[in-house]
Amino acid sequence: MRLIPREVETLWTLFTGPVVWALHFLACYAAAAIYCAKASEAPFSFDALRLSLFAITVVALVAILAAAWLSWRQWGFGSGDPPHDAPTRHDRLLFQGFATLLLSGLSFIAVIFVSVPLLFIEVCAR
Amino acid sequence: MTNAASSERTADVQEEDLRRVWANPTGWRYWTSVNNTQIGLWYGSAAFIFMLFAGVLALLVRLQLAVPDNDFLSADMFNQAFTLHGTVMMFLFAVPIFEAVAIFLLPSMLGARELPFPRLSAFGFWSFALGGVFVCGSIFFNAAPNSGWFMYPPLATDKEYSGIGADIWLLGLSFIEVASIAAAVEIIVGIMKCRAPGMRINMMPLFAWYLLIVGGMILFAFPPLIAGDILFEMERMFDWPFFDAKRGGDPLLWQHLFWIFGHPEVYIIFLPAIALMAMIVPTFAQRPIIGYSWIVLAAVGTGFLSFGLWVHHMFTTGLPQISLAFFSAASEAVAIPTGVQIFVFIATMLAGRVIFSLPMLFGAGGLAIFVIGGLTGVMVALAPFDWQAHDTYFVVAHLHYVLIGGMLFPVLAGIYYYYPLINARKLSDRLGKIAFWLMFIGFNVAFFPMHLTGLRGMPRRVFTYPAEVGWDLLNLISTVGAFIFATGVALVVIDILRPKHREPKGKMNPWNAGTLEWISEPEENWGVRSIPIIKSRYPLWDQPGLIDDINKGRFYLPDTQDGRRETLVTSVLDADPVQCLRVGGTSYLTIISALSLGGVFIALTFHWWLLTVLCGIVTLGAILIWLWTGTSEIPKRNERDIGLGVTLPLYVSGPASVGWWAMFITMAGDGTAFASLMFGYFFYWTIHPDFTAGLPGPGAGWPIVAVALFALAWLAMLLARHANANDRVWMARLSLLGSVPITLAACLAGLAGPYLHDMQPTVHVYPAIVWVISLWTVLHGLVAIIMQLYCLAGSFAGRLTASYDADLRNVMLYWHFLMITAMISFGVLGLFPEVR
Ligand code: HEM
Ligand SMILES: [Cu+2]
Repeated sequence: MRLIPREVETLWTLFTGPVVWALHFLACYAAAAIYCAKASEAPFSFDALRLSLFAITVVALVAILAAAWLSWRQWGFGSGDPPHDAPTRHDRLLFQGFATLLLSGLSFIAVIFVSVPLLFIEVCAR
Repeated sequence: MTNAASSERTADVQEEDLRRVWANPTGWRYWTSVNNTQIGLWYGSAAFIFMLFAGVLALLVRLQLAVPDNDFLSADMFNQAFTLHGTVMMFLFAVPIFEAVAIFLLPSMLGARELPFPRLSAFGFWSFALGGVFVCGSIFFNAAPNSGWFMYPPLATDKEYSGIGADIWLLGLSFIEVASIAAAVEIIVGIMKCRAPGMRINMMPLFAWYLLIVGGMILFAFPPLIAGDILFEMERMFDWPFFDAKRGGDPLLWQHLFWIFGHPEVYIIFLPAIALMAMIVPTFAQRPIIGYSWIVLAAVGTGFLSFGLWVHHMFTTGLPQISLAFFSAASEAVAIPTGVQIFVFIATMLAGRVIFSLPMLFGAGGLAIFVIGGLTGVMVALAPFDWQAHDTYFVVAHLHYVLIGGMLFPVLAGIYYYYPLINARKLSDRLGKIAFWLMFIGFNVAFFPMHLTGLRGMPRRVFTYPAEVGWDLLNLISTVGAFIFATGVALVVIDILRPKHREPKGKMNPWNAGTLEWISEPEENWGVRSIPIIKSRYPLWDQPGLIDDINKGRFYLPDTQDGRRETLVTSVLDADPVQCLRVGGTSYLTIISALSLGGVFIALTFHWWLLTVLCGIVTLGAILIWLWTGTSEIPKRNERDIGLGVTLPLYVSGPASVGWWAMFITMAGDGTAFASLMFGYFFYWTIHPDFTAGLPGPGAGWPIVAVALFALAWLAMLLARHANANDRVWMARLSLLGSVPITLAACLAGLAGPYLHDMQPTVHVYPAIVWVISLWTVLHGLVAIIMQLYCLAGSFAGRLTASYDADLRNVMLYWHFLMITAMISFGVLGLFPEVR
């Protein structure tokens, strides 16, 4: 078994970063919404919830970094500059790599944005 | 005769043949056309007319508000006017106009003859037109919806107050949402599979990138609203208490479902407008766009992030602060990709030498307005600020800045830019400039003061106000501005409508654009004369002689065969040719099925049950005939020489075929609607200490039996497909036939749980949501039975064989989705109450 996956050629890899963002966002939203609605019956504290969501945030960030690394590789580690508009399979691959890398960057920032409330908000509602 | 002369003659003959095959019917039969370019024009014109209608309503609203204590409109008429204004602008103008532009432009822009499902587009158009007229017409009978474009219960569920208007809204718009999803299927499959050979994804026009994303967004945004509509209509029609707090329901669920749709919707509107700018800016900078990949980043990024914002419309509903904070954060994050696009445009303009033409004027003016709206958006996305500004005129100002700047102005830029593709002439420069300045100034005069009226506390949607509170001058200014703005719009309309046949025709590609849509000729219906090989993002700039080669028929598919309309299907990433696709031609079936489906919705509104059933039967029949006669036809020959030494298959099945993708995409939307219903189930669970309210559930037994039977039927279908592929015909037929009663039994078992436990859906929301989810699944099971019988008939008729098995494979795909649906729905309904 290889540790680092081989390059795959599909359109879908483009969406890896945003999908991770979406899953992370859903996890945060659903966990908080359910916890706060059922706080009275919850067997653990809000802080425990925040901590576990932090852990999930770290996992999400690592996943995005992994996607970023793969796309960086697909982009030839930055060996060529955009625009990648030649009519060749090679340029198409470079374009995919570069666009995926950009999206990973945006997703990384967006995950951090969404997790900031976990730092500052200590109760469900005041 | 010399060789050259003879090949020229062949080309002429081929051209005549092509023209004949693609010709629209004449006389009144013209309306049975299905050509996408034609449909795009109708679609666009209809949307534009709806826009003018909604604009008139807005002027009425403004007149009423011009002075304090006015009685120009009654309170109820006022409510109908603003509700219909918002509804029509959002559902009948903003979204459809882009489906229209896309359907009109995409074939030639992608270098395709046609998008894969022209009849589906025609169906979508007729659904849209009928639904639109129905919704708009209601106001003339004093029966228009009157509870605001987002229809919040309990106001909108109150039959006393909302009358039949709410039903018209719910059913009319559900019908139009069907049309939107149809368009999304057409657009997504078209962009992924019908690009000209060589147009790899790194060379796709940016417009196509945006529309691909928007198509995906429609697929995940509209179904939650459809699910919400279903719950809402069940409450209004049969008193199932989904939003009635007294019986365990909750109005907030509607707000969630509406805004899960509603916020992405604003980006569904905004992205295509930006897409037009991404075509216009490079043309007038006379250079390729700088930062192509950055635009792709922005389009995809916005597409995703826009689904994490919906609660910012619900900041004042008392949700936990932590939830508000998540959505506030995501709302601020979406400003990043939005900003990126604007910087890309500025960079492109700085790097080129900008020709400041009329489309650029509209585009730049629009973006300036949009930026102000974006700033107020970032303000209201901060929860504490929004607690002050919510439901005041500040929000009205914000949304009009973003919508008019981010969508109306770019649309007008697009109309001025693309008009030569419709009429071979440009619109008037002089009139256009006057119109622009009237609109630009009028807009700001009308809407800027609303920020202040809002901050001074004027709530939105009040039909009048007293004189003492200091809102009168600002309101009067707004009204004056609105009329200046309307004058500008009127000038545009005059310019479009004034007869131009005396003016000389302009030359092709008058702006010297680089992208492929400019090869299309207004008189021709064939999309492109021959399908070119693309080697650049701006082929008209970089591939010398391209237009000539295309028009002389020197590329693929210069001819016709068997008198059929044909286009090429290519691979997703590299656009290698894989199939010669025969698309549907002129047909009545599309109109009949759209009108009868419309009949279903209209009859439902008035509770004419018998007519509903009748129309339903006609719809089903029409669609079946349409499928039987128009799809998966077995060609006379297997292969077709498309020219330049390439031969392609005429028939493919499975993931290689466009039909399979259409099924996949439709089912993704269907699955989203189902997920929204499940969201409702768990939503009710969270808001109640005991969401069953002590009432009996469906029990675990019957739901488990249902899942098991569905699994059995699914296995039988797998066997059928397998046997069919191995040419074991009777085995295939037997398993198809066998799976019919099993599916039926599965459906009955699904209903047995709630039925035998005597669950009363009108008593409490718990039985109601259990019934809705069971019915949803069972209905899908019944559709599956129709599909099984259809395949069986196909097998006996010899149109479903081992090598021609597209129908069966598409049905199998449907079954995979059905299996997942059944497992989740009956699994949750049966087991969740036990384990919770
Ligand atoms: C930076 C981006 C944006 C942000 C942060 C933002 C934020 C908001 C917020 C928080 C509200 C709710 C205000 C309230 O009801 O109290 C709102 C309302 C609205 N926004 Fe935006 N917005 C943005 C961009 C857009 C765009 C691009 C559009 C459309 C093209 C749009 C259309 C609307 C509409 C239609 C409403 C009003 C809905 C209603 O209550 O009737 N917004 N926006
Ligand atoms: Cu929003």
